[in-house]
Amino acid sequence: MMNETDPQVALAVRNLNFYYGQHHALHDISINFPARRVTAMIGPSGCGKSTLLRIFNRMYDLYPGQRATGEVMFDGVNILEDSLDLNILRARVGMVFQKPTPFPMSIYDNIAFGVRLHEKVSKSEMDGRVQDVLTRVALWNEVRDRLKAPAAGLSGGQQQRLCIARSIATRPEVLLLDEPTSALDPISTARIEELLDELKEDFTIAIVTHNMQQAARCADQVAFFYLGGLVEVDSADRIFTNPRQKQTQDYITGRFG
Amino acid sequence: MNAVQKSESGWRPNPRAAGRRRSDRLATALGMIAAGILVLVLASILWTLLSRGLAGLSFAALFNPMGPPGSRGGLANAIVGSLIQTAIALLIATPLGLGCGIYLSEYGENNRFASCVRFVSDVLMSVPSILVGLFVYQILVAPLGHFSAIAGSVALAILAVPIIVRTTEDMLRLVPVAMREAGAALGAARWRVTIFLCLRSAKTGVLTGILLALARVSGETAPLLFTSLGNQNWSFSLNRPMASLPVAIYQYAGASYDDWVQLAWAGALLVTLGVLAINIAVRFSARRG
Repeated sequence: MMNETDPQVALAVRNLNFYYGQHHALHDISINFPARRVTAMIGPSGCGKSTLLRIFNRMYDLYPGQRATGEVMFDGVNILEDSLDLNILRARVGMVFQKPTPFPMSIYDNIAFGVRLHEKVSKSEMDGRVQDVLTRVALWNEVRDRLKAPAAGLSGGQQQRLCIARSIATRPEVLLLDEPTSALDPISTARIEELLDELKEDFTIAIVTHNMQQAARCADQVAFFYLGGLVEVDSADRIFTNPRQKQTQDYITGRFG
Repeated sequence: MNAVQKSESGWRPNPRAAGRRRSDRLATALGMIAAGILVLVLASILWTLLSRGLAGLSFAALFNPMGPPGSRGGLANAIVGSLIQTAIALLIATPLGLGCGIYLSEYGENNRFASCVRFVSDVLMSVPSILVGLFVYQILVAPLGHFSAIAGSVALAILAVPIIVRTTEDMLRLVPVAMREAGAALGAARWRVTIFLCLRSAKTGVLTGILLALARVSGETAPLLFTSLGNQNWSFSLNRPMASLPVAIYQYAGASYDDWVQLAWAGALLVTLGVLAINIAVRFSARRG
């Protein structure tokens, strides 16, 4: 099996448990996230997939009473350690949320905001960076003439692509996507799915989705969660054609969940 | 089967319907009378104010300082005094109120000290303004031995702070959690998220609160009586008594000289127009936001 120093593994989760106060939400999860691959997490609502995602950038630290035990190895460090610098972790592990969250500023500044937090860059360098990430999310041609306009004026799909651009502008190694297309129309969804295919050349991607087709289309690896436990993780082909567990089979064929 | 018959009985008038219609009309009428009285009172105030105030609103009233009766005195020093004192009051109250509101909304959840602060601030909002004047008299006027403009500003600031605290907290709470999480997810420290994202997206609401506080204190008289006192002459020293419109109105309205009474009306009109302008600005900024 893959071990924890394997360069092919970006995130190695071992015996992870998570608690919302008294509520035990994740039970003894162990899973590897291969580097520069898309791993989709599927399962019915409340099964813990978003909870797992929010552990990888320690988002749960914002809320008292939430805690994790076990081990999540990332670049040789257990990111659950108390001593970890969260702002550095979050620069290296980016996140895109379910609903687009444009900041109350211009399109340009939405991207520059994150970059300036971690690096000192000159104006021209910043201009280049903004153009680069907007091009990568296929937004550049749509917004090149209104970079100084408020980001709130963009459509939902454009806003979500801007949020992805904003996340990759800080040059993270891992990108976490929490149902990034559930608030978008089919055309915007298709664009973002295409985008994932390109982004995985540079980033390790973990995506939570309720959409089986999306998981089948985008993911290299799929993990099925149920009631806070990891039921099965395997290649997307295997999960969708010949899963080992009956529960997985029932879920992907729509018999429950 | 017997659809026609069924329909007839179904459409038979409800015996209580007439009574319901009557009480409905009565309630509507009572409501309209109450609303009418309110509008009438306000309209009457405004009408009196306009008809009497406009007559007194002369060049001299706007540009001459106060003077003895019959000397073509004006209100210029009181107008300027009011502007100076409310401006300084806002300069004191805004950072204090913003800071406090930010603390309450961002750090004050499930926190005993914060709920205490919130309660005190709400109580302070309904404290009679004359008490605030007496309080400032005790801490700033009596120990220093003289009335001063700065004491007036402090009294006004005390009245403005709780309004700013309340609106700042409420407006920041309206900022979605997603915004805070998105900021944190980029690796922004909490204070950055608060200042550059939350406060920024609540900007119009917070500004509205500051303007409302300004409107509230700009007509206050009682807290100024014991603090900046009023002044017949030009004075720009914060350390000395300073004139203000509300106090000038108070002094002149009860005087037995016709020109003073007329100036009091003109002053009242000016204060009202000022407050009206601020309220329109509030509406404007709220609509834009």
